[in-house]
Amino acid sequence: MSDARPTPPPSHSPGAGGGHAPSAPQRLDARAQALQAILPEVLRPFSIALSVALDEVVALVPAEQVVEVCRSLRDDPRTRMDFLRCLSVVDYGDILEVVYHLWSMEKRHKMVVKVRVPADKPEVPSVTGVWKGADWFEREGRDLYGVVFIGHPNLAPLLLWEGFPGFPGRKSYPFYDYKEW
Amino acid sequence: MAEAHPLEVRELLINMGPQHPSTHGVFRMVLWVDGERIVRVEPHIGYLHRGSEKLCEGETYLQIPTLFDRLDYLSNFNNELTFCMAVEKLMGLEVPERAQYVRIILCELNRITSHLMFYAAFGLDVGAMTPSMYAFRERERVQQVFEAVSGARMMHDYFRVGGLRQPPPDNFRQKVQDILPIVEKGIHECDTLLSRNEIFLARTRGIGIISAQEAIAWGMTGPCLRACGIPYDIRVVEPYSLYDRFDFDIPVGSRGDCWDRYMVRVEEMRQSLRIIRQALQQMPDEGPVLAQGARRLPRPPKGEVYMRTENPRGEFGVYLVSDGSERPYRVKIRAPSFANLQALPVLMRDCYVADAVVILGSLDIVLGDVDR
Repeated sequence: MSDARPTPPPSHSPGAGGGHAPSAPQRLDARAQALQAILPEVLRPFSIALSVALDEVVALVPAEQVVEVCRSLRDDPRTRMDFLRCLSVVDYGDILEVVYHLWSMEKRHKMVVKVRVPADKPEVPSVTGVWKGADWFEREGRDLYGVVFIGHPNLAPLLLWEGFPGFPGRKSYPFYDYKEW
Repeated sequence: MAEAHPLEVRELLINMGPQHPSTHGVFRMVLWVDGERIVRVEPHIGYLHRGSEKLCEGETYLQIPTLFDRLDYLSNFNNELTFCMAVEKLMGLEVPERAQYVRIILCELNRITSHLMFYAAFGLDVGAMTPSMYAFRERERVQQVFEAVSGARMMHDYFRVGGLRQPPPDNFRQKVQDILPIVEKGIHECDTLLSRNEIFLARTRGIGIISAQEAIAWGMTGPCLRACGIPYDIRVVEPYSLYDRFDFDIPVGSRGDCWDRYMVRVEEMRQSLRIIRQALQQMPDEGPVLAQGARRLPRPPKGEVYMRTENPRGEFGVYLVSDGSERPYRVKIRAPSFANLQALPVLMRDCYVADAVVILGSLDIVLGDVDR
């Protein structure tokens, strides 16, 4: 099964299209388009880069601003992103990407916030102060990818045992190196 | 005379689990108690962590639904559906209507079996033995349909990217139609047996309350959130597949206590039956069950997608990053039980030790889903 190891694609620039394979087309619905139109206004004080992934608006945010961005997305009456659906970490080799999927219970629209940090110094402020539910998701990100969520009340291992060596979620972690027969 | 030693009152630490009959799997919680009151709870998970997300990165898109069966092992069809739909959404595949109807019927039947399982386990949690017998009798009827369709009772691996592995058996419609009235009667029996029993009410009413605001902040979804009065059901707020063609209600609770969470699930079983009846009526008998352009080894284009569906336990999400090859670059599984369980310390604030088991049971967690 050694051939089953996924090749870490350094050429894979996250979020951007191009490369050999064709990219998925964009299909924004009316709600997402409305959100796309107001986001620059809502997030005016921050340096964000807006893009589109399939049917969702993506805002790329500098790591140090993520808490303020999330808080204004949650509290602004035009966005009201009161629900954190999912928090994931993706390993792109040199950089780690933390992805927040947001949803508004009231407005019924959704968006994605992304933060990119270097893999050798992965530090992201914790959003547990904005959504309490980020708690375990961030602990899992610390466990499997080694992302340090600064300000998290308790970053103890969640899924792995205390003292587990390495970060098994990362592409560099040997996982498919065994021979089955 | 010596001075009397002052009476010392100390907090006591109780370790519950990981092997405990009422933790529904390998789950440990540490309880700090002051007499009969719980002061603090610390849940510990990870005993069933199999690295499913990482495993997915090494498997092809054809193999992954097999892994998804093993996440939430009480609602296998729903898990498979989420993953297949994530890939389909990325590829822009149009799934034939017949396949979509079969999927919906199976998923709703799966919701019924899952909730019946909850009903049985919850009865046992509060000390009622009999309900489990009734629930398992009804569950068995539905399981037989699953077995006839997919060949397996639990790990079906029946949904493919683009449709189904094979068409359902010729008598599928008849088989489902035959069990519907029997299961409906069974659900009614279960309802009358337990729901308004005085002891049951005393054990569950007003226990483990969480406010709607807090439930949203903690990321709770599914029946646990609807019990707080929030009609958040992804089948309605963000319809996927063909769910916008059916007429059904979202049962909601009012207080967000254990009884509400229980009752929402009982009502949901009835709504699922309604959906199945409509789907059976609309389902075409003939036609392909695999999309036109669906390949055995799907290669979705470069990109990323977050697909979410309404699992019996709540929002089941798959965040899929594809680099254009036949294996996904990253699969993140947003498990409903995982998010629901982290609110446990909030639910157990100032409750009695005896209620801890009831509150945990009312969340209806599956540890395969929590730990992944």
